[in-house]
Amino acid sequence: MNGTGTRARSGLLNLLPLAALVCFLWWAPANLDGYKLRVINLIAINAILGLSLNLIYGMAGMFSLGHAGFMAIGAYVSALLILTPEQKVTMWILEPIAPWLLNLHTPFIVSLVLAGLAAAFVGWLIALPVLRLGGDYLGIATLGFAEIIRILIVNLTPLTNGSLGLKGIPAHTDLWMSYGCFLVILVFVARLMGGNFGNVLRAVRDDEVAARTMGIDTFRVRTLAFTLGCFGAGIGGALMGNLITTIDPKMFMITQTYNLLMIVVVGGLGSITGSVIGSVLVTTMLEWLRFVENPITLGSLHIPGIPGMRMVLFSVLLIAIIIFRREGIMGTREFSWNWFFPPKNAPRALPDEGGRGR
Amino acid sequence: MNLNMFVQHFINALGLGSLYGLIAIGYTMVYGILRLINFAHGDIFMLGAYFVFFATIQFKLPWEFGVSLAIAGATLCGLLVDRIAYRPLRSAPRISALISAIGVSFFLENLAIVMFTGMPRAVLQPPWLMKPILVGDVRLIPLGLMVPTISFVLVSGLLWIVYRTRPGLAMRSISHDIETTRLMGVSVDRIIALTFALGSALAALAGIMWALRYPRVEPFMGIFPGFKAFIAAVFGGIGSIPGAMVGGLALGFVEIMSVAFFPNLSGYKDAFAFVLLIVILLIRPTGLMGEKMEEKI
Amino acid sequence: MTLETGLEPESGLESGSGSGKNAILEIEDVTLRFGGLVAVSGLSVRVPEGAITGLIGPNGAGKTTVFNVVTGFYRPTQGSVSFRGRTLTGLPPHKVCEAGLARTFQNIRLFHNETVLENVMIGAHVRQRGKWWQTLVPFAFPGALREEEEIRASSMELLSRLGLAAQAGAVSSSLPYGAQRRLEIARALATRPKFLLLDEPAAGMNPQESAELLGFIRRLRDDFDLTILLIEHDMKVVMGVCEHIWVLDRGMLIAEGPPAEIRLNPRVVEAYLGKDVPAAPPEHAGAWGIE
Repeated sequence: MNGTGTRARSGLLNLLPLAALVCFLWWAPANLDGYKLRVINLIAINAILGLSLNLIYGMAGMFSLGHAGFMAIGAYVSALLILTPEQKVTMWILEPIAPWLLNLHTPFIVSLVLAGLAAAFVGWLIALPVLRLGGDYLGIATLGFAEIIRILIVNLTPLTNGSLGLKGIPAHTDLWMSYGCFLVILVFVARLMGGNFGNVLRAVRDDEVAARTMGIDTFRVRTLAFTLGCFGAGIGGALMGNLITTIDPKMFMITQTYNLLMIVVVGGLGSITGSVIGSVLVTTMLEWLRFVENPITLGSLHIPGIPGMRMVLFSVLLIAIIIFRREGIMGTREFSWNWFFPPKNAPRALPDEGGRGR
Repeated sequence: MNLNMFVQHFINALGLGSLYGLIAIGYTMVYGILRLINFAHGDIFMLGAYFVFFATIQFKLPWEFGVSLAIAGATLCGLLVDRIAYRPLRSAPRISALISAIGVSFFLENLAIVMFTGMPRAVLQPPWLMKPILVGDVRLIPLGLMVPTISFVLVSGLLWIVYRTRPGLAMRSISHDIETTRLMGVSVDRIIALTFALGSALAALAGIMWALRYPRVEPFMGIFPGFKAFIAAVFGGIGSIPGAMVGGLALGFVEIMSVAFFPNLSGYKDAFAFVLLIVILLIRPTGLMGEKMEEKI
Repeated sequence: MTLETGLEPESGLESGSGSGKNAILEIEDVTLRFGGLVAVSGLSVRVPEGAITGLIGPNGAGKTTVFNVVTGFYRPTQGSVSFRGRTLTGLPPHKVCEAGLARTFQNIRLFHNETVLENVMIGAHVRQRGKWWQTLVPFAFPGALREEEEIRASSMELLSRLGLAAQAGAVSSSLPYGAQRRLEIARALATRPKFLLLDEPAAGMNPQESAELLGFIRRLRDDFDLTILLIEHDMKVVMGVCEHIWVLDRGMLIAEGPPAEIRLNPRVVEAYLGKDVPAAPPEHAGAWGIE
């Protein structure tokens, strides 16, 4: 069959960018400064978060504004598991830490997986009641849950150290770690969406009534997609905590979710490729735009920095994209090697290479 | 708890609740007509508060004048938001307008930081509003009584507009069926603009009274009152103006009374509204006074 | 499409109301109320296995509501629905589909953003045994991968049988109207049903197309071993293809029987045309053409 040949060739071609990425990751730490490395790490983490939000929103059609809350769960679970007992004792100054938590300690990788699982579990618990709601009600309910999670973190001081947050988290996130996680999740989402389950997910998004008639347990499918998305949010949050090494409840306000929403919308709702491109663009732009908030001196001309300007530009961009190019960069299309090397006499009737041509 | 304290709490709850109600009306009217959660509404509330702060403190204008200016300014902003960010998306999927609304909210908050700096600023309370009156053992502050009274008058006026005037009729008609109303020759965009104007004016007034009660203004002051007011609107039944007011009052009482009776819950104060929201959505998604909508199969 | 089976519709059935032991779908005394409104009232219908049957009635008679009750979208206020001896009442729509009932919609409900082939594959999902996570680790579960390929292949085959193979890669919303109707049927067939409910399959078709539809529906029944119940306003189609007909008016069953009887039944004529209109003489009955 023609499709199999094309697929094998795509597999081989995929090795090229992978090799390039490996070379880059090997080269970068010695040749780039800490700030640049941090931005490059952030790109991978934001791509993980964007992909997981896109799975919930773009692919399964559930408008969720709760991502920051699930990130918070992941970040806290991971941090609490890798901080040493000594660090914990000195850090909890308002109230003593819960005794059972004090000596709990796991390796980073274990904490990462547990972070994802914890976020997924909470996501699953929340999904049971709220996923029955549709559209914007779901958005506001998930936003509410994210806010409740944040308020719980502020108030459960023996567990979370309250509003002081956690400091001195070992910086386990390096390029290999963040890009490794990113690739695993990328492949995971791509395979999921490329199979018939991906079709089912899109069916539930596009017409719930028809999907139910087709024998699809739409509630189960949506719960599953939501839980998987929350897993990704937990992993992303844990990686971010280990990158920045300091977390506090304020980090996980609605603004964090807005940034992720921006990534997904810029890239194209429902497109995996789009989320990755969106992450690169939005992350670098957010960093690059910092210049407007820093004072600039051009010769004798001194321009003072304008705090808040970065986000003003950013939000104008979001509105402009939604008004003028609603489908984002990719729409729902996916990257395909067939763009460069059109397969010979492969019938367009076999849309198995992701090039959905819409 | 003695009677004095209870009355204080009661009046506080009434005041807070009617402010939530005033903001909620804007959400409920826009949602009723466009099925859009106007995320920027809480920020119009914030702008109203800032405008009055600048008018009276920076420019030393008299209060009455400052308040009128602030309401006019915030109303204008509400109209601009609709014209620029929502109207181009009328025929787009609903979720697009929602993202645009989120963008606008984000924009206004950060614009406020750029223009007014992120620092909270103190608002001067006119002394005549703060001079306590003694009724028996109970100390009453005129401001505390004024807020619910003004709210009540405004809501009565609004109900008159919506149920007794021709533009009000058009509004109700649009909320049932926008396309048919357009075919009947109603200038739909103008009626929607009127809706935004009325909602924004009420939000601005709420913002002004909020700034007087908690005498300060800051760029993010609209976020939480905005969310809570939206929840109040859902609680009362989205689309229903009396529902929004009832929902606002209910939320005000829940917040004030639960902290009054269980002081150690005060850290969770902001979570009550969200818990309430989720409970309502699960038990009665149409709210207290909302109409049921069903999808045709 | 125009393939005729040569089977005379009236001759297919022995027992008039299908009260024999071979009833595959039994609707018993079903009543459905929405608040004060009675949408369906005391309806009993027994559909014999392997038959092509029709449900007709004027607009608002409750026909689609009956479909919604059978397929699990509405739970009847009273009464029960059973299929092949198993009670369906109270089952959610996806369980009804699993049990072997598939349907189409009056206003076509395809997955508009998906391709024609994907629409059919989505239909096949209900019979898919592999789990979603098995395709993530293909080397551990080669069977799951093979099944995906099989579904793709069988869906393609289904499309060619319904004459849609050429459009397999096209987005479903880009198809012409008639092809969309056929795709909706193909998608329903992909769930491997025993029973097919068609909601106005001839709606929006021209006379030539609806004439072809007669043969198409019979061929569906024979090729896929189905029992078919259809709602239709086009009397040529109903009278031409159905072996047995139930007539609903304002939620109540007012008549049932083979087409020859139904077209002479004065109550049916009254329901459609109002009172004081004499029953149409048989030779003109086919020309009711209520669309």
